[in-house]
Amino acid sequence: MLAYTLKRVVVAFLILLVVSGLTFSLSHLSADPALTIAGEQASDEDIEAVRKLYGFDRPVIEQYVNWLSRALQGDFGKSYHYKAPVVEMISGRIGTTMTLGFLAIVFALVVSIPLGTLAAMRPNSLIDRFALLIAVFGQALPTFWFALMMIILFGVWFRWLPISGNTSWAHFVMPTIALGYYATPALMRLTRAGMIEVLSSDYIRTAKAKGLLPVSVLFKHALRNAIIPVVALAAVWFGFMLGGSIVIETIFNLKGIGWLSYDALLRSDLPVVQAIVLIFASFYVILTLLADLLNAYLDPRISVR
Amino acid sequence: MINKKEVVLEVKNLSIDIPVSQGILHPVDNINLHVERGEILCVVGESGCGKSLTSLAIMGLLPKNAQRTAETLELNKEDLQELTERQLADIRGNRMAMIFQEPMTSLNPSFTIENQLLEPLLRHKELSKDEARNQVIEMLELVGIKPAEPRLRQYPHQLSGGLRQRVMIAMSLLCNPDLIIADEPTTALDVTIQAQILELMMSLQEKFNTGILFITHDMGVVANIADRVAVMYAGQIVEEGPVSEIFDNPAHPYTRGLMGCIPVPGKLGQDNTLGTIPGMVPSVVNDFQSCRFGGRWDENYKENFEPCRLTEVPKKRRSFKVNLNEKHLVHFCCDECLHLSEHTLVEGSS
Ligand SMILES: Nc1ncnc2c1ncn2[C@@H]1O[C@H](COP(=O)(O)OP(=O)(O)OP(=O)(O)O)[C@@H](O)[C@H]1O
Ligand code: SF4
Ligand SMILES: [Mg+2]
Repeated sequence: MLAYTLKRVVVAFLILLVVSGLTFSLSHLSADPALTIAGEQASDEDIEAVRKLYGFDRPVIEQYVNWLSRALQGDFGKSYHYKAPVVEMISGRIGTTMTLGFLAIVFALVVSIPLGTLAAMRPNSLIDRFALLIAVFGQALPTFWFALMMIILFGVWFRWLPISGNTSWAHFVMPTIALGYYATPALMRLTRAGMIEVLSSDYIRTAKAKGLLPVSVLFKHALRNAIIPVVALAAVWFGFMLGGSIVIETIFNLKGIGWLSYDALLRSDLPVVQAIVLIFASFYVILTLLADLLNAYLDPRISVR
Repeated sequence: MINKKEVVLEVKNLSIDIPVSQGILHPVDNINLHVERGEILCVVGESGCGKSLTSLAIMGLLPKNAQRTAETLELNKEDLQELTERQLADIRGNRMAMIFQEPMTSLNPSFTIENQLLEPLLRHKELSKDEARNQVIEMLELVGIKPAEPRLRQYPHQLSGGLRQRVMIAMSLLCNPDLIIADEPTTALDVTIQAQILELMMSLQEKFNTGILFITHDMGVVANIADRVAVMYAGQIVEEGPVSEIFDNPAHPYTRGLMGCIPVPGKLGQDNTLGTIPGMVPSVVNDFQSCRFGGRWDENYKENFEPCRLTEVPKKRRSFKVNLNEKHLVHFCCDECLHLSEHTLVEGSS
């Protein structure tokens, strides 16, 4: 288990290195940072001066190494626009994004696991069809459209929920549902498929032959095995939730790092963009790592490989 | 013969119907069985003849689409058909237990051996966890897993097939059941392990005086362990009796066919081949319009046994006693096989 963990951690670091390198070079190819900093009206000499001052005339690889060595010490530079340290800008907002992502994935799991299990117990029954309907809608509706519909219905017509900001828990209700609903179909269908397969397996027959009651057959013997791939997928989806929060945060004006990244992209604020991309990438990598480790813990067969 | 033995399992006219798109399957067709305390009844037959379905029907674990009907289905004189699902669950794993064909997949991969072995005891007996654990260890050592303690923390994938089947046997014995149904418990194992498991089952059966319904397709296994044999063919029992009787005087042509399939050391035919029964068990869709055995006569028997000429078979089957032996019964669907049986048969009732 220890060797397995170590191996996975090393791979995770390598992935992050590649991602950061790619973002850095791509963002430097797509925009001229000197122009951004100097401003639209700046003369060519001014731009050239800025380029020298910030070291943009150096080879990209050298700039990357510089950036990386400073990033490793926790210094991501200053925002070109706000002139504030990037680390401070992000740390002040990351809590909002994490809260939203966490609530969304919990919402998705709370809906999809029971629904998927019920659907699997009686394939083609009414409840199975209902679950399928929910899944089809979730897959077909664009997140932003669903979010806007909720705003119109619950925010504008009924006035039950606030539609903008993040000052109370009530502010998180609609964003959570909008974001979480997006993950529900995949998680639910996987729960259903896994459950159906597990329920017809030999060890479930053994569990019944022991005289165990349906509750323990279902929730101990079946769910534990059916849930293994769902856990892995949920971790990946949590990563999507954090990244996907760009749209939701912008719509609901929740000022997390999703909102910040949208803002920074519009302003070509490269240090902010690079830092956020690296953070999102780390989320993915760490979550996938955690999912693998959790899987190895839940399914004792995995760690032997 | 000493006093009459106690019957632990009594099955009369058990049938199973499975509706499929082409019609209704009758994979098990009016079979009669009984198992006495302390005896091993072997049900022997080819793959697909309905052995597993029969055992699942007794346990009440048939797949949802299969329908069971029976005139009698009693465990220790208690009617299993009368019981609610909950009452049946109280009996399963407690008074009747089952060992399955596939040791590799019959244990849950996500739980330790200890966890899975404690379950039947904690479910059916009023024991503390420590008491139950001690019983589990004791039982594991009895089935030859020594030392047992380190095995408790292991997961099924860390055990070989033979060990897993021993675990399954231990599991079936934990609550000291009246009846154990063993559905081809050795088929998936290699020959040496197979012999060990058979020996183990026989010694434990003697120790606990359990009735065992042992399902197999291997006549060699039958010769080793059975007290009585029921030969199953295409969902019916065609011949039934004490093991020595069946081996000495097989009366049904199908039984003789099976006998030809037993490997006897040094007694392989001149051409060094093992006997086989040509063809396959017929598909069991709808009712048989003609002979169930049609077209499957062994080449070697062709001189003696005419290929079945029947195109239509009477519904009612007739039972015969062989050579006046009270317990050796043969069941024919018509008079064709009867003429070929080479035995003095007396019409009997079953
Ligand atoms: N759920 C089902 N639906 C349809 N047909 C089935 C079903 N289960 C079993 N059958 C059919 O019923 C027949 C008997 O099956 P069964 O599993 O009892 O055979 P078996 O004697 O145990 O064979 P084996 O030696 O291969 O285990 C087979 O022809 C099989 O295809
Ligand atoms: S008894 Fe008649 S129907 Fe049955 S196998 Fe023999 S010949 Fe065929
Ligand atoms: Mg079988």
